Amino acid sequence: MDGAIASILVLDGVTNGAIYALLALALVLVFAVTRVIFIPQGEFVAFGALTLAGLQLGHTPLTIHFLIAMALLAAVLDLVAAARARRLAAEVGSIVLRALPGVAIGLCALWLAPMKLPLLAQALLTLAVVTPMGGLLYRLAYQSLADASVLVLLIVSVGVHFALTGLGLVFFGAEGSRNPSFWDASYAAGPLMFSGQTLIIVMASAALIVGLWLFFEKSLYGKALRATAVNRLGARLMGISSTSAGRLSFTLAAFIGALSGILISPTTTIFYDSGFLIGLKGFVAAVFAGLSSYPGAALGALLVGLIESFSSFWASAFKEVIVFTSILPVLLWRSWRDPHHEEH
Amino acid sequence: MSAEPTAAMKATPASSSPSSPSSPVSSADVAARATAPAWARRGAPIALLLALAVLPLLPVPEFWITQLNYIGMFALVALGLVLLTGVGGLTSFGQAAFVGVGAYTTALLSSRYGLSPWIGLAAGIAITLCIALVLALITLRMSGHYLPLATIAWALSLNFSIANMESLGKYDGLLGVPAIELFGLSLADGRAIYYLIWLFAIVGAIAVRNLLDSRPGRAIRALGGATVMAESMGVSTFRYKVVIFLIAALLASLSGWLFAHVQRTVNPSPFGLKMGIEYLFMAVVGGVSSVWGAFIGAGVFKIIEDQLKELLPALLGSNGNFEIIVLGVVLVLMLKYAPRGLWPSLQTALSRWWPAPPRARDWEGATPLAARAKPPAGAVLLQVDRLRKQFGGLVAVNDVSFELRAGEIMGLIGPNGAGKSTTFNLVSGVLPATGGELRFAGESITGLPARQIARRGMSRTFQHVKMIADMTVLENVALGGYLRAHSGTAKAMLRLDRAEEKRLFAEAESQLRRIGMQDHLHELAGNLALGPQRLMEIARALCSDPSLLLLDEPAAGLRHKEKQALAAVLRQLRAEGMSILLVEHDMDFVMGLTDRIVVMEFGTKLIEGSPAEVQASPEVRAAYLGTEH
Repeated sequence: MDGAIASILVLDGVTNGAIYALLALALVLVFAVTRVIFIPQGEFVAFGALTLAGLQLGHTPLTIHFLIAMALLAAVLDLVAAARARRLAAEVGSIVLRALPGVAIGLCALWLAPMKLPLLAQALLTLAVVTPMGGLLYRLAYQSLADASVLVLLIVSVGVHFALTGLGLVFFGAEGSRNPSFWDASYAAGPLMFSGQTLIIVMASAALIVGLWLFFEKSLYGKALRATAVNRLGARLMGISSTSAGRLSFTLAAFIGALSGILISPTTTIFYDSGFLIGLKGFVAAVFAGLSSYPGAALGALLVGLIESFSSFWASAFKEVIVFTSILPVLLWRSWRDPHHEEH
Repeated sequence: MSAEPTAAMKATPASSSPSSPSSPVSSADVAARATAPAWARRGAPIALLLALAVLPLLPVPEFWITQLNYIGMFALVALGLVLLTGVGGLTSFGQAAFVGVGAYTTALLSSRYGLSPWIGLAAGIAITLCIALVLALITLRMSGHYLPLATIAWALSLNFSIANMESLGKYDGLLGVPAIELFGLSLADGRAIYYLIWLFAIVGAIAVRNLLDSRPGRAIRALGGATVMAESMGVSTFRYKVVIFLIAALLASLSGWLFAHVQRTVNPSPFGLKMGIEYLFMAVVGGVSSVWGAFIGAGVFKIIEDQLKELLPALLGSNGNFEIIVLGVVLVLMLKYAPRGLWPSLQTALSRWWPAPPRARDWEGATPLAARAKPPAGAVLLQVDRLRKQFGGLVAVNDVSFELRAGEIMGLIGPNGAGKSTTFNLVSGVLPATGGELRFAGESITGLPARQIARRGMSRTFQHVKMIADMTVLENVALGGYLRAHSGTAKAMLRLDRAEEKRLFAEAESQLRRIGMQDHLHELAGNLALGPQRLMEIARALCSDPSLLLLDEPAAGLRHKEKQALAAVLRQLRAEGMSILLVEHDMDFVMGLTDRIVVMEFGTKLIEGSPAEVQASPEVRAAYLGTEH
């Protein structure tokens, strides 16, 4: 291997690592706030990439119908729960109000989808469609189990992953898609060729990381999420609803997932089930950081990206094996460093 | 997320607050109810077994035999998950990968090297155990959710490896796997191997059932939410986590061995992560904490999966794994609405006619367990020297020193938040101390873990009752005798531990009798009111034959008469040479019972003295009531 190949591999690793970093941040956020190990994160990546691909082809992706269905189902469940608690009259307004954004976005998207909008507008539409699914998913699958153990929530996650992957197959079919590049320019810097897409990925990731930092440091919502992550009961006593914290963190996770999907879809072909492996690499990165530190997760993600790009050069058939096996030494190191005895 | 217990899948948390106490089920009650006669109760399982045995001899279509073969093989894997997930509160998505290790090992050895499938079985099990041991040692010291993440990673790695290895036939796999031969008889036919599959499945189920009702089994049942208590009873919970992970892997590998010789070919796809999740689906749907639930779950899964595989592609007009949508949704709904699965509800329905009989009282006349030599009265038993505990900037216990002599009852009192319970946790090794020295029976116990301290003759109860809610009172108390018996996992699975079990139950019953709970032996611990639960904890601690008993608020929740009875028991224990250290808020109880009292306030020892001295002390009065200005 010479310096040129090495630098290309590094660039490739950093690009993928930037995506894994985003996913790892979302996973750490969701786990901290809700204790959910969010296996279905990757499905949002596929939903984002393939919804955009559908729009590109002038189709109306079924994810739009799915969003409307989720919003309506959540509203029905809320209404039933309110009726059971004999608080229907008092709550019907807020329930309708909650269902409104999902349904409205869905209807708008149905109208806009066949219009062959420019790529950037379609990307924004995709984000608008996939992002609300996060909060709705929390309502439908997790909310009533919010106090269950990590183990139960993990098994729920696996069930949700199954359901969303199967639905992905229904929505998009078995064929993969690749989207056009957002920016076709490329720059030569010595032996390296920066493509515009690479720059977009790295810059978007960096911008999002800074945005998240500002959100958590400066905004009240962000502080509320942090408070819930530190102490759920305490946060609840301070008037922070752990339900809305959960919804918010899932919404953020869906947004990050969809954005990641949109960003990588010009660089690789995405299938309905590709998201899972991509999401799991985010997990490997998050585990590097013990599922708790944001900078640690971002650093882990870069490492995962580099391991992946170098192993695809040396042993391309065993690329995934090497990436996923790398979790074992990390776990060994973590268990050695801080053997954590739970249960209090 | 420090406040999160290892997830137990049980409906009731192990230390639940008491529900309304149900009336104890006495044998008279059971007899009075309209129930099936004894012959029917014993006969039903035998009849079921006979039906299973003659089924292949009847002209049943081959299809159903094949289905039953798969159900048997699936159930073996799900059985491991029942032990691991339902009982142990751990989980693995990598069981399909262990099935793959078993299948590929025997397929490679028998098809390429012409070795006997039985050698393949031994090799498969050996390799499985090695891999499982490595995974367990790496992950099980950490919080419960690292094991499933590691198993996902390992399942993916194994699958990609197999699928890319030339020597294992890549995606095409290995062909031409021979049939198993048994005593010169070929088991090539589905109806022939049926017997082998179901023999393994049923023997496996009985072994797991035997294990759960034994000394190691009670320790395993504590893993799902009472690990601190189990450690204080001398159990190495880490060791049992490893043990159940190994057993689950072994059962999966066994299933893989059968699978290879039933299919006569292997390829990577049935051993992927998808199947790993489907095994978990079976366990959850069938009833994740019941052995027979594994069979129900495997059956339900096999049948609905087959139906969905035909129905959904026809409905949607294209091919694909659409069944995972339904499986995923059903999994979520089950966890929401019936987390205990199908088998327990079936069992509840059946128990109307088939109430589970209480444990037969067969331990009359068992040789008593060996008792510990008690230290001579008056000898220094426990020395606490400048004991200190800091939580960050908060000093919870501030250089506290005291001594306890054999044969005395010492009280530890103080206002709420004085650090009494923390002191208890430091002395018993539940929490590591920040500084200071601890000596027990002339030996330093500074820095030892709880189970090592328990081994030296200290036993304790907890301020918030810690028990295994779905075990009977007798079984909970028998867990206290863990260190006085020796039967291990293998012995328990083979039922070779019965003599020792009788001795344990005899001891547990006598301790319950002593504390006045002989009428509640067979009640589920979770059904007791708070007072009796505390008494049960005392009996459990006594069952370990300690020389020092630590009681954390033993009288809380007891009625006046019960308190008097408890005080009488404690006095009698003292007369027998037992030493007791207790934390208590009921001043009448403390003053009438103890020989000496240590008063704590804000983590610091205020004074030490006889009850009369403490009552007269103006400092103590100020600590409790405040001072006049």
